[in-house]
Amino acid sequence: MARRYLLEFEKPLVELEQQIEQIRELARDSEVDVSQQLLQLETLAARRREEIFQALTPAEKIQVARHPHRPSTLDFIQMFCDDWVELHGDRRGGDDQALVGGIGRIGERPVLLIGHQKGRDTKENVARNFGMATPGGYRKALRLMDHADRFRLPILTFIDTPGAYAGLLAEEQGQGEAIAVNLREMFRLRVPVIATVIGEGGSGGALGIGVADRLLMFEHSVYTVASPEACASILWRDAAKAPEAAAALKITGPDLLSLGVVDEVLPEPAGGNNWAPLQAGEVLREAIERHLDELRGLSINQLRESRYRKFRAMGRVLDPSSSETGLPA
Amino acid sequence: MSLFDWFADRRKGQFVGKVSQETEESDGLWGKCPECSQVVYRKDLQANASVCNSCGHHHRINSEERIALIADQGSFKPLDRNLSPTDPLGFKDRRTYADRLRESQASTGMKDGVVTGLCQIENMPMAMAVMDFRFMGGSMGSVVGEKITRLVERATAQRLPLLIICASGGARMQEGMLSLMQMAKISGALERHREAELLYMPLLTHPTTGGVTASFAMLGDLILAEPKALIGFAGRRVIEQTLREKLPDNFQTAEYLQEHGFVDTIVPRTQLRKTLASLLRLHGCKAKKAAGR
Repeated sequence: MARRYLLEFEKPLVELEQQIEQIRELARDSEVDVSQQLLQLETLAARRREEIFQALTPAEKIQVARHPHRPSTLDFIQMFCDDWVELHGDRRGGDDQALVGGIGRIGERPVLLIGHQKGRDTKENVARNFGMATPGGYRKALRLMDHADRFRLPILTFIDTPGAYAGLLAEEQGQGEAIAVNLREMFRLRVPVIATVIGEGGSGGALGIGVADRLLMFEHSVYTVASPEACASILWRDAAKAPEAAAALKITGPDLLSLGVVDEVLPEPAGGNNWAPLQAGEVLREAIERHLDELRGLSINQLRESRYRKFRAMGRVLDPSSSETGLPA
Repeated sequence: MSLFDWFADRRKGQFVGKVSQETEESDGLWGKCPECSQVVYRKDLQANASVCNSCGHHHRINSEERIALIADQGSFKPLDRNLSPTDPLGFKDRRTYADRLRESQASTGMKDGVVTGLCQIENMPMAMAVMDFRFMGGSMGSVVGEKITRLVERATAQRLPLLIICASGGARMQEGMLSLMQMAKISGALERHREAELLYMPLLTHPTTGGVTASFAMLGDLILAEPKALIGFAGRRVIEQTLREKLPDNFQTAEYLQEHGFVDTIVPRTQLRKTLASLLRLHGCKAKKAAGR
């Protein structure tokens, strides 16, 4: 069996897996029938894995969301997209590798796909800047979305970033302005937009491609207003309190579903998407096609109006004049 | 109180020999400019829009003072004053969010960190939002987002120009993702205001950072800023950590942003009202007939 990248809470499974491996080897050498024992142990291992992954804390979910083998934007595109052509460049002098995009076909439907792209290893991560896009990345995304708008291609965005890049050049080139303009312009789009948090959604850098008609999220994905590390060091004055911050910030799919922020949480295989990427691809493809079918019936005005209403309803306030408290979706 | 008495008083106090930083915030007759250390008579400072007479430092002012400086006297009509925050996450760090809210509400007399309303500048009607940094660092939670969104929608419906005075550390973490989503909500409302071909001007004051910079602060048709105001997306400390190199001295100041093309004009506070009136006129805003002033 290939070496796996193990998360801390997966360690209890290792012993079981080693036992299974030992028995297999034994069987190869001695021709003893061990299938009964193997089946038992494998069932046990599967059950343990399921138990562990059903009880993940928010801090542990972050680790799954950041798992280096978790399927990325380009992985998903390869899994369910035909005729894929990647398109490069912001037409302003750059081509950010941390935010990729292009056109392709899902079933019979041509679509535009954009998303944050992390690297698998250090070398690739340097090129991809760990999925932290520059202002040029957000401008490239907007250019591609404008293109989709002109040619009436539905837009699928995939969110997977620790946050927008924080650096000298990013400030000089207007990171704030680039994200802000995307937020505004995405409300104008005349085509359906479906955003999916496939890994971690970090703050404004995630929202910069996240204004959508439907916001989906994988079971172990997280979406945060500020990274728990930053939040802990600001509010707790202690970065080591990140796990507490992760719990307090309500960053998981079920939490965000009940706050009216996301529309659907997509189930993951036990062990997370990295355990069975193809299965994850099927789940995502099915959900996207279902939502596109639902949105297809809407006129341009209905589409824009419902997108506006969706975000308009977000937030909780006490308003004595309307005797209404908050507006969960 | 004579000057002599004042000195005698100070000697009794604990800051003999050094004027503490907090004098800027204290309520005494005299204060000290934190920038040039000049001792200033507080009334003179206020008469000069809280701008230091000797070095031009813009002292922080609250929403009430801000409105008094900009709007025609008595013209400001507040909106949605009763909107108040909830604690949607039941958030607790070292202290509970509910506690922090109560404390800010008690010290400022505000329900949350923004005042919105309609007013006139030289009799020209306008919609205005003023963020108040005293209230939890001007952070943007649901109430700030909702009040600004309602104001933008009203400005669109009544075909009014819009001014938002920004002073904020960014999103309010204690409301989690709901506060991040206010960025999108306000940007959506601004898109409609823009589609209606109405004028929107944000004024960026010290400090304007984070989620506010990445949304309505940078969406103005014209973007104004106060001299030396700190304006940025990411915090300086964060950037220094990633870069491990020294940042330019004027990094993330209003002047730096103007140099890089993200601020239209820097307006000293003493010129603000006049400049705003000129800009409104230049964009075809008409003075209302002096009806019931």
